[in-house]
Amino acid sequence: MAWVWFHRFGSPPHFYRLARQLTPWFGWPAVLLCLAGLIGGLILAPPDYQQGEGFRIIYVHAPSAWLSMLVYVVMATSAAVGLIWHMKVAHAVAASCAVIGASFTALALVTGMLWGRPMWGTYWEWDPRLTSELLLLFLYLGYMGLRNAIDDVSRADRASAVLAIVGVINVPIIHYSVTWWNSLHQAPTVMKFGGPPTMPASMLVPLLLMLAGFTLYFGALLLTRARGEVLRRERNARWILEALDRA
Amino acid sequence: MNDIRAENLHVWRGDLHVLRGLSFVVHGGECLQVTGANGSGKTTLLRALCGLVPLEHGRVCWRAADIAANPAAYHSDLAYLGHENGLKGDLTAIENLRYGIGLRRRLAVTDCAAALAQVGLSEQRAVPLRRLSAGQRRRVALARLSLMDAALWILDEPSSNLDAAGQGLLVELLERHLGTGGLAVVATHQELVLPSGRVRTVTLQ
Amino acid sequence: MSAPQVAFRTAAALLMGRDLRLALRRAGDSLLPLGFFLVITTLFPLALDPALSLLRDIAPAALWVGALLSSLLALDLLFRDDSQDGALEQLALCGQPFAGLLLAKTAVHWLLTGLPLVLMAPLAATALGAPYGAMPGILAALLLGTIALSLIGAVGAGLTLTLRRNGSLLALLVLPLAVPVLIFGARATALAIQGESLAAPLYLLGAMAVLSATLAPWALAAAVRIGLE
Repeated sequence: MAWVWFHRFGSPPHFYRLARQLTPWFGWPAVLLCLAGLIGGLILAPPDYQQGEGFRIIYVHAPSAWLSMLVYVVMATSAAVGLIWHMKVAHAVAASCAVIGASFTALALVTGMLWGRPMWGTYWEWDPRLTSELLLLFLYLGYMGLRNAIDDVSRADRASAVLAIVGVINVPIIHYSVTWWNSLHQAPTVMKFGGPPTMPASMLVPLLLMLAGFTLYFGALLLTRARGEVLRRERNARWILEALDRA
Repeated sequence: MNDIRAENLHVWRGDLHVLRGLSFVVHGGECLQVTGANGSGKTTLLRALCGLVPLEHGRVCWRAADIAANPAAYHSDLAYLGHENGLKGDLTAIENLRYGIGLRRRLAVTDCAAALAQVGLSEQRAVPLRRLSAGQRRRVALARLSLMDAALWILDEPSSNLDAAGQGLLVELLERHLGTGGLAVVATHQELVLPSGRVRTVTLQ
Repeated sequence: MSAPQVAFRTAAALLMGRDLRLALRRAGDSLLPLGFFLVITTLFPLALDPALSLLRDIAPAALWVGALLSSLLALDLLFRDDSQDGALEQLALCGQPFAGLLLAKTAVHWLLTGLPLVLMAPLAATALGAPYGAMPGILAALLLGTIALSLIGAVGAGLTLTLRRNGSLLALLVLPLAVPVLIFGARATALAIQGESLAAPLYLLGAMAVLSATLAPWALAAAVRIGLE
C-alpha cells in the first residue's frame, strides 16, 4: 500500500498537484510560528546577563544553521532515492534544495559573523561551527557547480546524486575534524551559548518556535521550487498541455 | 541459442527522444545492419545494446535473459568496437592485444601474433600504435575483435579509416564469425554486403 | 551464460601492469606532480623570514598544502587518456567488476604520484627545519594521507570525466572532502616535529584511508559509468 503511494508521489503530474495543495499548509503555519518566535525572542525574552541584547541574533542564526544541515540531508536523500529508484521527481527535489540550502548556509555564516563582532571583537575567529558552515557552503557550491557544468539533465542529476551521497557521509566527518582541530587551541567559547538544556524557558521557547517556523518555511519553499523544477523538466510532456487546456 | 532481442527501447539524450519504441530480434548467424542519417541515433542504439546508455523504457535480452540482470555474464559474450579503437597509443600492437584480451581470457603471445598476421600487420607487431596510420590502428582493433571469442559483435562504423583491402578483411571476419553461429549488429553508412547474404537492415529516422 | 574465464585478481594485475608500463613510457608525466610538490614547499620559506624556528612551525602546513595541491594536479593522469581513446569503455565492457578495475587504476596512480611524494617528503621536511627524529612520523602520516587523497581525488576525477579540462571545479569538489585529511595530517606532522606521540591523529588518518577505500569503489564506478554514457 505504501509502495503504491510512493510511486504515485513520484509521478510528475501527481506531484505537481499535490505540491500545490500542500504548500499553504506549510506556508501559513511557518509565518505564524516565525512571528510568534520573533515576538518572543526579540521583545519578550529578557536580555542575557553575559551578552546583553547581542545574543538575540541566535533566533535567526541557530535556525539557519540547523536548516543548512537539514537541507543537505534532504538533498542527499532525495538524490539517493532518484538514483536508486529512477524517480525523476526525486531528482527535481534534490535540484531545488541546492540553492535553498546554500542560502541558509550563507545566512548562518553572515549572522554568525555579525554575532561574533560584538563578542570577539572580530568578524571571523575560526570557531568550529562557523568553519564547518563555511565548508558546508563549499560543498553546496561544488554540487551546484557540477550540476551546472553537465549539459544533459539526466546525467547531471545522477552525477550530482553521487556527489551528494559522498558529501552527506563526509559532513559529520568534516564537522568532527574541525571541532577536534579547534579544541587544540584556546579558542573563545562564546558560541557555546548555554545550549538548549541550560537555557531558561523564556529564551528557549521562542528559539524552538523559530526552528519549527524555519523548517516549515523550507518545506513551503521546497514544494514551490520543486513544482517549478518539475514543470521545467516536463515541459514537453503531454500532461502539461492537458493541464493547461483544462485551466 | 544465441539471440539478442530489443523490446520497445526508448532512450532520451537530454531533451531529444532518440529511440522511440524500437524492437527487433537478431538470431545466431545473422547480421543486423543499422543505417540512418547522421544524428539519427545509431551510436546511441549500439551503446544502449551494450548497456552503456540507460534505457528510459524497454529492455534488451541476450539469450532470453535481461542484460541488466547479469551484466558481467553478458559482457563476457560481447565484443564492442566503437568510434574510438580503445587501444593505447604508447603500447605496441602486440602489447595492446595482450592487455586487451588478457582481461577476458587466457591467450598466448603466438595467438596475438597470428591475429596480427591475419590482418596484415605482422611487421608492425612491435611498433607503438601512435606511429601507425589510422587505418592500421583500425586493423589492430579488428585483430582484437577476432581474438575476443565473443558470440555477439556490436560494431560502430567498423570500416571507417579502412582502405578497400581492409574492408575486404572486415567482411571476411564477419563471414567467419556468422558462420560459427555468432551474431553481429553493425552501424554503417555504406551498404554492407556479405557473400552469404545474411544481412538484415534497420533504418533509424 | 558464460562468465569471464580470467579471475579478477589476474585481470587486475594485468591492468596494473599495463598502467605501469604506460607510465614508464611517459615518465615525465608522472614526475610533474612531484616537482610541483617540491616547488610549493620551497615557496613557503621564500615567502617568510628565514628564521629557523618559525620555518619549523609552518613545516606541517607547507608539506600538507603541497601534498594536497600536487595530488589535485596529478588527477588529470588518472582517467583522461583512457577516456579519450576509448580504453575506459572497453574496461567497462570486459566482464570484470568495474569498481575493482577502477580501484586498481587508482592504486597504480597512487604508486606513481603519491608514493614518490611520500619518499621525497623527508627531503622537503629537512629543508623546512624538521628534526631527523620526526621523519618516521612524517612518512607514516603522508603515507596514509596520500592514499586517502588519491581515493577522494579519484572520485572527483570520475565525476568530472567528460567536462572541459577545468581544474577549478575539480578543486572545488575535492578540497572540502579532503579537509579532514589535511587537519589530521598536519596535526600528526606537527606532533612528530615536536617529538610527541602522534598516535591519535595517525589513527584518525588511518580511519580516513580505510573509509575512503571502502566508499571510493562504489562512487568511482557510479561516477565513471555516468561519464561513459
